[in-house]
Amino acid sequence: MFDVSLAALAAQVFTGLVLGMIFVLLAIGLSLIFGLMTVVNFAHGSFYMLGAYFGFFLLGRTGNFWVSLVVAPLMVGTFGLLIERFLVRRLYGRGPDDPLLLTFGLSLVMVEGARMIWGKIGLTFDPPRALASAVDLGFTRFPAYRLFVIAITAAVLVALWAFLTRTDVGLVIRAGSRDPLMVRALGIDLGRIWLIVFGIGSALAGLAGILAGPMRGVYAEMGVTMVIESFVVVVVGGMGSLLGAVVAGLLIGEVVSLTTFFAPKLSEIMVFVVMALVLLIRPSGLFGEPGLLE
Amino acid sequence: MNRRSFLTTTTAGAAAVIAFPAVLKAQSKDPIRIGFPSPLTGPFAALADDQKRGAELAVDELNAKGGILGRKVEVLIRDDQLKPAVGAQRTQELIEKDRCQFIVGGLAAHVQMAINEQTKKSKVLFISVSQSDEISAKPDTSPLTFHEALNPTITSRAVGTWVAQNLGKKWWIIYADYAWGKQNNAVLQDTLKKLGGTVLGATPYPLGNPEFSAHLPKIQAAKPEVLMHMTPGADDIAFLKQAISFGMKKDMKFAKPLHWIPQAKEGGPELYSDVYGAINFYWELQDSNPSAKRYVEAYRKKFNTPPGDYGAYAYSAILEVARGVELAKSTESMAVADALRANPVYDHYKGKQWWRKCDNKSFQDLWMMKGRDKLKGGEWGLLEVVAKVPANEELDRTCAEKGLA
Repeated sequence: MFDVSLAALAAQVFTGLVLGMIFVLLAIGLSLIFGLMTVVNFAHGSFYMLGAYFGFFLLGRTGNFWVSLVVAPLMVGTFGLLIERFLVRRLYGRGPDDPLLLTFGLSLVMVEGARMIWGKIGLTFDPPRALASAVDLGFTRFPAYRLFVIAITAAVLVALWAFLTRTDVGLVIRAGSRDPLMVRALGIDLGRIWLIVFGIGSALAGLAGILAGPMRGVYAEMGVTMVIESFVVVVVGGMGSLLGAVVAGLLIGEVVSLTTFFAPKLSEIMVFVVMALVLLIRPSGLFGEPGLLE
Repeated sequence: MNRRSFLTTTTAGAAAVIAFPAVLKAQSKDPIRIGFPSPLTGPFAALADDQKRGAELAVDELNAKGGILGRKVEVLIRDDQLKPAVGAQRTQELIEKDRCQFIVGGLAAHVQMAINEQTKKSKVLFISVSQSDEISAKPDTSPLTFHEALNPTITSRAVGTWVAQNLGKKWWIIYADYAWGKQNNAVLQDTLKKLGGTVLGATPYPLGNPEFSAHLPKIQAAKPEVLMHMTPGADDIAFLKQAISFGMKKDMKFAKPLHWIPQAKEGGPELYSDVYGAINFYWELQDSNPSAKRYVEAYRKKFNTPPGDYGAYAYSAILEVARGVELAKSTESMAVADALRANPVYDHYKGKQWWRKCDNKSFQDLWMMKGRDKLKGGEWGLLEVVAKVPANEELDRTCAEKGLA
């Protein structure tokens, strides 16, 4: 069982990287939204699902994957803006329970809505022709599309990092998550910042969705388990920590991949075992600050 | 008790007493109701949709002929969400609240067990229309539990033998980690061992999981001749897609216990070319089989597409309930069950089938299929027959082996 070749193990690590990248995209959005607004966004999985459906829809209309890849997340982001502006905003300052209930209800509505619009039966769409083949990496053959997923996620993360550290808006977002009262006292309209952050978070979930679509298919329930696993990632990384979301996302991806390799029966449970272990040693997660939820 | 509630209860009571004979009379003219739990949402939704249509067609045909014993027939289809607990609850509601006299349905081995628990408790006839080994064996089976579908033992013995003889004897097996997947895995391993082959590895994965990539490098490295995959419903699409994207179709043959028409249609030759598996029914049988011809034409007329595979089970089972009721001249479950056992031979959609007396298991032909490289004669020309496996009680476990001697 354990006489494993190095090549097979390397291939496994690569596979885990792709799983991790999808988790990272979802977890970053969750973590951003939580860090700034202390909103636990249960509708995040539904934004992921919407991204995939919008991608499918746009691909059917335009026939161009690249256009869909850009527009679908923007559409999900816009949808997220509307949700924040007209629903979530009314619940700020009420403690984390109320928005949690709202977003949970919203996720049920969205799943049912997707079933009504696109049907109960899943859809499939193909990666673009250029990425449809498998690439020989020397130690294994790996799908070109999955390499592309790694690349695009890395690029988005770098862009996001630049946005948060190098722009004024990014500065305000970081300040807002540290001390919202002080930022307000300085005369900055936090309402607009909340809107932007919610939009970015949903757009990232939408991007994860359209990226996952060609690999996993598109169906109404696709976000249900993903949102739970992404929360695990956020908790492991530390609620509100972006670096934590990245590190924990990759960690969980590798844990799933390597557990599947050595003991497939445990692959589902190991995610939660990791969470339990991390929380035992560091109750606020790998990179979390204590006291955010109090 | 105040005056108002006194008045309402007595009036209602009086009305009930006066109306009572009418209720009795209406009961025998009431429709005969057949409850039908099925996973309308989730990874089996496409198969469930075909099931629903098969059941509806059967009911239409029965009513067009004047119903059963002069009573109309209704089928009540409920979403069991592919969850045993929900399946049990829906079944209980169908029996107690909706007053269904019979239950047909289920589309997953683990959910039909839960449905069966309820029908046994309520002493209601249940015809299961999806695969399971346990449903026709002790301790799950009962005199009121019938099994219309094929089961993993029959299918995997037939498929395993054919694949070992024709495609290769070095296998890797990947299977959904629930009743149906585990049963097939056990039978396939056993069959291959008897034929002198080797199982290089067998990996379980959680049913409904859309991500298989973590399983694939290991299988690639093991270099099997045949990759046997028990990845039912929507999982099959995700699995094949990912395996092909890793370039694995070049290195090994793909085979599985069952083909499913809705998935084969969705995936098309791009995914399913050269994929082998058995099936209980394929619409092209219409060319050689008169029962199939009649069924396919009726289905086409109503739904404008050819029928799938699991819908045929549902169609046949509803017609069997009707046949049993007509034979027994009663809607009493045990009388219907006895009537079916006493007259076991029937033919609703593909030729002769029969109930084995000891375990209420239906025996029937099955076909070994191969996915075509190119569609033949339109968008539904997906598969071709490579071998027919005639109905044979010896493919299943004996009743003694099932604890029913």
